[in-house]
Amino acid sequence: MLRTALATLLSHWRRHPGQLVTLLAGLALATALWSGVQAINAEARSSYAEAAAALGQDRLARLVAPDGGPVPLAEHVALRRAGHAVSPVISGELRDGAARLRLFGLDLLTAPPDAGGPALGGEGIDLAAFFTAPGVLLMSPATQAGPLPPDLPPVLVRDGIPPGVAYTDIGTAARLLGQADPSFLLVAPDQPAHLPPLAEATGLRLVPPGDDSGVARLTDSFHLNLTAFGLLSFAVGLFIVHAAIGLAFEQRRATMRTLRALGLPLRTLLLAFGLELAALAILAGLAGLALGYAIAAALMPGVAGTLRGLYGAEVAGGLSFDPRWALAGLAMTLAGAGLAGAQALRRTARLPILAPAQPRAWAQASARAMRLQAAAAGVLAAAALGLALWGGSLVTGFATLAALLLGAALALPALLGLSLRLAARGARGALAEWLFADTRQQLPGLSLALMALLLALAANIGVSTMVGSFRGTFLGWLDQRLAAELYLTATDVDEAARLQAWLAPRAEAVLPIVRAEATLAGRLGAVYGQADHATFRENWPLIAAEAGAWDRLAAGAGVLVNEQLFRFGDLALGEPLRLAPGLTLPVVGVYSDYGNPMAQAIVTLPVFAATWPEVAATRFALRVPPDQAAALATALREDFGLPADAVVNQAQIKRFSLEVFEQTFRVTGALNILTLGVAAVALLTSLTTLAGLRLPQLAPVWALGLTRGRLAVLELLRSVVLAALTFALALPVGLVLAWVLLAVVNVEAFGWRLPMQLFPADWLRLLALALIAALLAAALPALRLWRMAPTTLLKVFAHER
Amino acid sequence: MNARILLAALWLAAGPAGAQGFAGLGTAAEGFAIPERPAAFAFPADHGAHPAYRIEWWYLTATLTGPDGTDYGAQWTLFRSALAPRPAAGWEATQLWMGHAGLTTPAAHYSAERLARGGIGQAGAEAEPFEAWIDDWAMVSTAAGGADALDALRVTARGDGFAYDLALRATGPLIFHGEGGYSVKSPEGQASYYYSQPFYDVAGTLELPGGAVPVTGTAWLDREWSSQPLSETQEGWDWVSLQFEDGARLMGFTLRARGGADFTAATWIAPDGTTTAYPDGALTMTPLAETQVAGRTVPTEWRIALPAQGVDIVTLPLNPQSWMDVSVSYWEGPIRFAGSHAGRGYLEMTGYD
Amino acid sequence: MTEFLQITDVTKAHGTLEVLRGVSLALDRGEALALTGESGSGKSTLMHLAAALDAPDSGEIRIGGQSLGALDDAGRAAVRRGRIGLVFQQFNLVPSLTVAQNIAFQARLAGRHDPRLCAELVGRLGLSGLEARYPEALSGGQQQRVAIARALAHRPELILADEPTGNLDEATGDAVLALLLELVAETGAALMMVTHSTRLAARLGRRLHLSRGRLGAPDAA
Repeated sequence: MLRTALATLLSHWRRHPGQLVTLLAGLALATALWSGVQAINAEARSSYAEAAAALGQDRLARLVAPDGGPVPLAEHVALRRAGHAVSPVISGELRDGAARLRLFGLDLLTAPPDAGGPALGGEGIDLAAFFTAPGVLLMSPATQAGPLPPDLPPVLVRDGIPPGVAYTDIGTAARLLGQADPSFLLVAPDQPAHLPPLAEATGLRLVPPGDDSGVARLTDSFHLNLTAFGLLSFAVGLFIVHAAIGLAFEQRRATMRTLRALGLPLRTLLLAFGLELAALAILAGLAGLALGYAIAAALMPGVAGTLRGLYGAEVAGGLSFDPRWALAGLAMTLAGAGLAGAQALRRTARLPILAPAQPRAWAQASARAMRLQAAAAGVLAAAALGLALWGGSLVTGFATLAALLLGAALALPALLGLSLRLAARGARGALAEWLFADTRQQLPGLSLALMALLLALAANIGVSTMVGSFRGTFLGWLDQRLAAELYLTATDVDEAARLQAWLAPRAEAVLPIVRAEATLAGRLGAVYGQADHATFRENWPLIAAEAGAWDRLAAGAGVLVNEQLFRFGDLALGEPLRLAPGLTLPVVGVYSDYGNPMAQAIVTLPVFAATWPEVAATRFALRVPPDQAAALATALREDFGLPADAVVNQAQIKRFSLEVFEQTFRVTGALNILTLGVAAVALLTSLTTLAGLRLPQLAPVWALGLTRGRLAVLELLRSVVLAALTFALALPVGLVLAWVLLAVVNVEAFGWRLPMQLFPADWLRLLALALIAALLAAALPALRLWRMAPTTLLKVFAHER
Repeated sequence: MNARILLAALWLAAGPAGAQGFAGLGTAAEGFAIPERPAAFAFPADHGAHPAYRIEWWYLTATLTGPDGTDYGAQWTLFRSALAPRPAAGWEATQLWMGHAGLTTPAAHYSAERLARGGIGQAGAEAEPFEAWIDDWAMVSTAAGGADALDALRVTARGDGFAYDLALRATGPLIFHGEGGYSVKSPEGQASYYYSQPFYDVAGTLELPGGAVPVTGTAWLDREWSSQPLSETQEGWDWVSLQFEDGARLMGFTLRARGGADFTAATWIAPDGTTTAYPDGALTMTPLAETQVAGRTVPTEWRIALPAQGVDIVTLPLNPQSWMDVSVSYWEGPIRFAGSHAGRGYLEMTGYD
Repeated sequence: MTEFLQITDVTKAHGTLEVLRGVSLALDRGEALALTGESGSGKSTLMHLAAALDAPDSGEIRIGGQSLGALDDAGRAAVRRGRIGLVFQQFNLVPSLTVAQNIAFQARLAGRHDPRLCAELVGRLGLSGLEARYPEALSGGQQQRVAIARALAHRPELILADEPTGNLDEATGDAVLALLLELVAETGAALMMVTHSTRLAARLGRRLHLSRGRLGAPDAA
């Protein structure tokens, strides 16, 4: 019986393959976008976990030099000779143009087992080769495939090594990095019992395990962004699925009634319906997973670039398949389909056997339902407002967005109905009146698709406004901030001194850049020493400042802080800020510092030198007449002998910064386009299915003397009008969305607030895009109408009684 | 990574010749210096390291007695293994160091291991002033000026559950094995430089889980270096150092070869330190009883005969489970013996895998 | 009582409108009953009650001795698919199934699909050659003949027909009705047909007239 019922339900799809494709496509697209984003997130997270677990950072404590520099080798040996189980690591980055490689040089003879270093032995590694020059580098296949600096020792490929990282013997690392002192010491968990605690035995700083997994925290916001996008896409997909399932239900309403009249128990019918839904969801879910994997694989390099550029987090550019990810994606699809199908199932359960057997216009939402929706929209709008005003965290920021978008979507049918009623009142001529009235009558059937369109458009406007604002502000800021023509890095203090002497007659100003790590308002950050120079006074934009801020800074009577520190530390101008033991200065100004997630403060050079005498300047900003910058850079390389990458000019930094920036938003841009595409598909689905049901409404108009061609054009027009009206509502929603992103989410996630800029040209482009999408969506049903045989229309009358 | 796997691999399989013989001792010399006769020693320099040779050790075994008459044994060993014969300092150094410490009681056997690379000061062996060390383990000369550096030593080590601190004072001269310190190890002529200080009196303290135990006794220090002391067919050795009650000493070993062509050697040391070296075949070592140790079958009771000196004895271990559970594991522990002579000594057995 | 269908003192109201006010009726196998009455007289409601599609407010309906009032939804569904053949005015064929599939449909639901009977019904009802077509490609008369075949294919004991010729022109309607009567007579099932046409009613063996919710003799109309 169940089989007969199921076969009968499924026979519907054989007769209406287009609907089946739509339903499957909707579910598959929703799954694809959602699972694609999840795949990206999962890949990135596993990369962080690998990085965090590198050398057992998550389990092993470390000893580091208090000044953040290397640990003197003698100090390491002294600890070993006192019996402490510590193991040295020399780490550093090899760089050559775009090629970067992080080296971890381990001493495998003393490394604790938890360090998770390479498993040698028995795998054909020549151990003598590993321990003696030129040594051997171990890296993952992905790292080996990427661009690598030249002149590396032989490479052995091993899985399980974080991306962008090579493990090697400490001697090899020392040779490649030119550094003899360990970067830090790993501390074995079990220390000999008779020894004094390490903290007493050494002046080195003991860093507990897992203390610098800052990358995960920093990138959280980025992944939250992606997840939010994924959910939005999934929601848009659900609108399609909901529409398709609802339609499939309505079209089979009569069949179901007949089935019941002929003696099919309700429970069996519901079961058959549920099974059908589950089968379709699994089918579409699998297709969606494949598609999602493809999307993720295509976007992954961009994401990896973003994470590397913006946060310094190394993530593999490739994608690995994780069955848990697939299962989660499939579960989400089933849940989504269940959610979308629940209403249809409920209506099936309540379906009276004896109601008139004619197909009703489907999903005819009552006025009451419309009012309920509008009321819910009002509540959500109020919630969004409240969250925006009184919320204060990333989560409330995203909750604001969710309330805003959902509220706008729910308000859409009511607002469209109102607009159409107003338009009808102003319409002249019977045809226009009919068109508006008829469109209004169609709203319930189209509203889901239009909501999806609204969401996609609003998200598009919001994100592009944010990105545009970010870009504009960032560019202006870069111009101001990178005022010096050249930036130099000396390898050591001696070279720095010779450099300064050499430059004295050749540059207008040689401004040292010195930095020390410090805990600022409870956060790990950096203090910079800055010379008092017109370069900074004239170019550095201060967001807020006390009178004479630069003078007080120069006098050593004040400190400048970046916007991030100012906001996170909840500081106020004039408030004293502790920078180091014995150094507390009032905050006299705040500067914007885009692209940097860390807390930062600036003091004048003499104050810095007095507080951190051990930090010597090896980096310098040079002021020279701009037309001489290139010549001086060449001279620095050729005459003075600085390595090529130790001289960087302003333009290079700007280009690099911009690249980072563009990478950052390439991913969101791609998702944006995809979401819009999904919305267009939703519209196409709804219009196609409505077309069949609307024949009874169109046939009389045709009979009364309108050509099919004219009717088809009117169908196109109707679609365009609805899209335009939706866009009109999406615009303010998108702008509010942008505002929330800039003023709430950004501040919480990154610590800076950006002034919002408007880009009307982008809106026009998007409007055109939306109208084209609407035209395309309406084209197929309109074409069918245009070509429809008159007998088909006549049948309407024959069937109607 | 697991340093023990590494070390085992390194010691067993260093170089392309592959795993042959115990601790890689059966491999080709590849540019390393090779012992030549006649042996000419120069002290104190030869107490220190010889990086031109592939392998070297400072090997101390002590038979000890507590205040209640309980027997103990202690072992302190520093191995040096060179990856390449070229001299280099700092991180480029090609010397690897391995320390083994053992402490045997009738009921327990403790062992510990330390690993280090050379060149940075974490481990090494300096001739003047004499010190051999790895991490906080050390063998330091406390000899007065003018005396041989090895005449008086302080030896310390610690591991999981044990530690010791021993003061050693020599009561006799250094002795040289084989042909004046040139010790032949196989019929094919592989050899090592090998000398000993077998005449130590010991006083010191053992730290055991039950508390500190003051001990006295005797000790024997072996110094040996070479680049290829084992024949490629030799799989391991059984070595004893024996102290007779009349003050004489005997060092003897059997190098076990595949196919049964065992190679033996012995040095008879009279109480005044005069030595008699015995060639292959003079000494016989016959296993009498075996013990299951760490999953292996190891002979722990031996009949040892050197007819030329009228020696025919049977040895009994203090603790048959004296297994050194380290990267390259072996049996090493104190013994007592009876028969034609009585006394105490140390037994070392390698290559039982 | 031994009659197959027994309706005893049944009342039914739709909201405040009393549609049936105490109707009693008995119908045995082999009998063909025409139920006539004006629009709104309650004849369709009585029909739906007899078909176990709906439950009366009071009174009792027994089919083959089984009281419908004691059954839940699944029980009523079992009665419908096993013992009753329904012919609707609107045909109510499943549009996504072919003619052959539609005919076999209820028999398969009831678990007693007999391909030979189906084939015979196709032939008897003049549907040969149309088996692979979908309902939308058939004329009204053809569709109703499919519906009749479907109503007979599972060998029901009671056939309920609600204005079976209402959507057909007179000639087609007469032909369809003749076939229906002939086939029902052959199966020996009980037939109750609702019609507003006294002309058609006259062709059945027994006639009852429903007026304002009560039964009477047809001539009382």
